Amino acid sequence: MSHSTSHEHASHGQEHGHGEHANHGSLRSYLTGFVLAAILTVIPFWLVMGHVFQSHWLTITIVLALAIVQILVHVIYFLHLDTRSEGGWNMLSFIFTMVLVVIVLGASIWVMYNENSLMMPMSQQANQGT
Amino acid sequence: MSSTAVDTAQSRFLCLEEPHAHNGTLLGFWIYLMSDCFIFASLFACYAVLGTNTAGGPSAAQVLDLHGLAINTALLLVSSVTFGFAMLEMSRRRKGAVLAWLAVSGLLAAGFVTLEIREFLGMIAEGAGPGRSAFLSSFFTLVGTHGLHVSVGILWLIVLMVQVGKFGLSEANIRRLQCLSMFWHFLDLVWVGVFSFVYLSGVLR
Repeated sequence: MSHSTSHEHASHGQEHGHGEHANHGSLRSYLTGFVLAAILTVIPFWLVMGHVFQSHWLTITIVLALAIVQILVHVIYFLHLDTRSEGGWNMLSFIFTMVLVVIVLGASIWVMYNENSLMMPMSQQANQGT
Repeated sequence: MSSTAVDTAQSRFLCLEEPHAHNGTLLGFWIYLMSDCFIFASLFACYAVLGTNTAGGPSAAQVLDLHGLAINTALLLVSSVTFGFAMLEMSRRRKGAVLAWLAVSGLLAAGFVTLEIREFLGMIAEGAGPGRSAFLSSFFTLVGTHGLHVSVGILWLIVLMVQVGKFGLSEANIRRLQCLSMFWHFLDLVWVGVFSFVYLSGVLR
């Protein structure tokens, strides 16, 4: 680990020197990212194709949790997002986007699920009423 | 001293370590990618809502092929890593190696797009085209939008290979390669959502 951090510092020093070159990462960071991503890809495929769990919802929950972890791995090891690049604006815009994405996705699913489960009985009641 | 005044002014804006970027292209491109995130987020939301509305047609479990998906996923992930190798060679200023790794990445992505088009054509031939049900409409829109992004990325990659071949690793070409690198890794990141949410979770819903 100490090797990788010293390497990062070296690349940052270069960044200061040239001013405009962003952190390209190192061979180590790409290979670490690749191994982690491969593991995090194989597990969900195995869970679904091997029918490991009886409960579908348990499998879906684990698959989606692993996807979130893998997305973070991609962001850190492939896109080299850290709190220092571009004076912190990369990280700030990323966090902002993720908050809005969670709101868009979560609220859509929440609203439409409730609409599906609540509207049908209501329309039946309306039919019974008339 | 005016310089100390500037220093204290900068320290208030979280700029203790980093100088201001000389050009804002990379940050601007990053913000473009974030806006692209919204496009995909809304398409994911559509699929989440409509994914079970099969209108009596085939369900996700019946039409989606997980073996082909595994190959596609591997192609895109390896392509992302080989593009990383191209960027490493770029920082060592080795033009030939950059072009070679770019070609490998492009071929892997082309394999991905080819397999995806074959999958789409197979589904349409089976009567599971985008017009069949709300599930299939949202599926084709989401996966097709991603595939279109990858195709445009390949086109961009070819143009940049010609540029690098002709003008070498100039400052402008380095900046362009950095943007394409972000785009390339970003598409792999979106694919993680696609294979987890659309395919693996889709066949279980």
